[in-house]
Amino acid sequence: MNRTTTSVQPSDTTTVTSAAGSAPAAEPAPLTFRPGPPDGTGRPEVRRSTSTVRAGDVRALLGALAGALGLTVVLFTRIAPFDGPLGFVVVAYLFFVGLYAVLVSFAESGMAVRDRAAAVVIHSLAVLVVGALVFVVAYTLWRGRSALPHLNFFTDDMSRTGPVQPLTSGGMLHAIAGTVEHMAISLAITVPLGLACAVFLSEVPGAYARFVRTIVEAMTALPSIVSGLFIYATVILILGLEKSGIAAALALSVMMLPIIIRASDVVIRLVPGSLREASLALGASQWRTVWTVVLPTARSGLTTAVILGTARGIGETSPVLLTAGYTTDMNLNPLHGPQVSLPLATFELVRSPQPSFIARGFGSAALLMGLVLLLFVVARIIGGRGPGELTRRQTHRRVLASRRDAERMGGLRGTGPGGGTYVERSDASTYTDRPPEPPGPAGPMEQLST
Amino acid sequence: MTFTAPALGTTDEPRTIKRSAGLPDQLFRGLARGSGGVVLVIMLLVGTFLGYRAWEALRVAKGSFLTTAAWEPDSHHFGIAAVLTGTVLIGLVAIALALPLAMGTALYISEYAPRRVRRTMVSLIDLMAAVPSVVYGLWGAFFLQSHIVGLSRWIATYFSWIPIFKVHGAEPGDPLATTTVYTSSTFIAGIVVALMVTPIACSVMRETFFQAPVGEREGAYALGATRWGVIRTVVLPFGRGGVIGGTMLGLGRALGETIAVYMIISPAFVIQPRILENGTNSVSSLIALRYGSASDFGMSALMAAGLALFLMTLVVNFVASSIVARSRSGAGTEA
Repeated sequence: MNRTTTSVQPSDTTTVTSAAGSAPAAEPAPLTFRPGPPDGTGRPEVRRSTSTVRAGDVRALLGALAGALGLTVVLFTRIAPFDGPLGFVVVAYLFFVGLYAVLVSFAESGMAVRDRAAAVVIHSLAVLVVGALVFVVAYTLWRGRSALPHLNFFTDDMSRTGPVQPLTSGGMLHAIAGTVEHMAISLAITVPLGLACAVFLSEVPGAYARFVRTIVEAMTALPSIVSGLFIYATVILILGLEKSGIAAALALSVMMLPIIIRASDVVIRLVPGSLREASLALGASQWRTVWTVVLPTARSGLTTAVILGTARGIGETSPVLLTAGYTTDMNLNPLHGPQVSLPLATFELVRSPQPSFIARGFGSAALLMGLVLLLFVVARIIGGRGPGELTRRQTHRRVLASRRDAERMGGLRGTGPGGGTYVERSDASTYTDRPPEPPGPAGPMEQLST
Repeated sequence: MTFTAPALGTTDEPRTIKRSAGLPDQLFRGLARGSGGVVLVIMLLVGTFLGYRAWEALRVAKGSFLTTAAWEPDSHHFGIAAVLTGTVLIGLVAIALALPLAMGTALYISEYAPRRVRRTMVSLIDLMAAVPSVVYGLWGAFFLQSHIVGLSRWIATYFSWIPIFKVHGAEPGDPLATTTVYTSSTFIAGIVVALMVTPIACSVMRETFFQAPVGEREGAYALGATRWGVIRTVVLPFGRGGVIGGTMLGLGRALGETIAVYMIISPAFVIQPRILENGTNSVSSLIALRYGSASDFGMSALMAAGLALFLMTLVVNFVASSIVARSRSGAGTEA
């Protein structure tokens, strides 16, 4: 810019036209030129930082933090008769937000000050929530540390353990067995029924399906004690079954069914419609389309839905409380006699005043928490990908299957195996008719024609 | 490609399009409809059977079922006035605490978090929604109970002019006064339930915040809005349905919570509107407390209480899910 304005600095108009006409001939205009620095010193521009964090922002945050801590300490020790760690944190936080807003307002306009203050508040709310939730879980694991190291905690039941016996006696094997049996029976009921209902909701649409979906959605947050009460009213009071593992499993099934249906329905609806239509256009029946296209595509999501439903069901106490009864003995028969589960054992143990029972209660809660964590990690590993996305192993398996198909087709044509070769890559595989080495006298076309 | 024109004189009649479903397809559809029907029947049976079993008690109690605070079913003097008040108050305390927490976390995840942090946060929040309620109950009963009384006393001392924060029997001037009057209260149960429902409300809100249209977001940025400006003018108005629906879903969960509440409160069969004071009750903990020692008629009365809880959560959930469904645009689900 500077160059053009300085070079074309005419004294009158005639020279302008002559200069404009003769300039290209005399000195070819550069195709591109770099604007010099505005001060005209010719120094190259300094490279600018594109980071969204500025040094001033960090300084303002640190300064506000230091100021808030200092003010609060002064307030608590010198000025006001305040005490207590909670009050300290709250007052320091209020000072921090105020000081930060003041510091930002030195450099920015009112709109930016509000933006920064809102950002600080939102960040701190997120930190508070995560911190509180992690603390709840960590507290249980920490209090369970005294019971968990004893091996008998996992291999023994409580039938021969009195209230004053130490932690080296008695364990939670009966509750573990009960939990495993409850979940096995519940899953045997909810997985086929839930998945079939989810398929129904998305594959056979209509007014009836909409009605069922509405009811299921409303039932997702059915109070767990109501499902226990329902099974108590029907299975135990009317059918005359005693309090047993199967009644507890039925109550858990009533609770888990809407959760699994809703999660599976969402996953099945995510299957691209184009895949369905492609299958139908190839002449497949609706049943074949669901069985070979929709369900395999949604497999990882469906597994996740089932596992998350299991994680919810495994920790429920109140349905089991009403329907399973409480026992300290090992009972492997779900049809007869009370059968306790891990959350119910936790609940009953911590009601005792004995420290060793409370320690065992925390131990079984920690065990339960560990199970839920495990289920959750497995669900994340399986369900981390969207429908249709394959792992490396699945890709590899599919390539092998496709190669087998090609060999079979080649065999049908009578040219022997190896009608084509595959080029495998890390992320995808492509089929090519061309072998990697230069083709001999018989090219691919000749092979096909023979 | 050439078309052969229909011969003169013959008109091309509209053909009937018949969709012939083979036997496997008919079987499949029948099976699918059947499973939908089974699920529907189970869900409807829950309400029907509770109503059927509760009928005996409701016929005796009539209108006084809603107005009596005591629970003595064997002398035919019982009602859900106290437990229903307690349930609603615990739910309201929980929601008042969970709403800002869930909204802040959801806004952080959708607007501020870097990509890696965002995925971790989403997993963490989902995990927390699956933490067993007995774990929250343990934390509330063994840790929070003894550490929160200071806050309860502070609120009671300085805000007792607000009726719900009044505490009978408290002596704020006496430093040696016992703090047991502040334990096992609605407030403490509400805090624990708030932690339980925050992840649920948060994940609903996060989903709707993500769905705020990109065009409007970028338009706001292009007009020079700050990030908070975008949140205030685009994200929150578009996510309003999610905020309301998520809050109500959380409320539905809070109303039905049993074990965590049962472990914290000390049951009282009076209408207790003072949330900081010892003693409260909820429908679900009443059932858990009394089912073991109930006579046949007492069981019927408990079923009536369960039915009331069921209907209340059903209405709340129904309204919530219809609000969420209306705020969710159909785009993105069907490719």
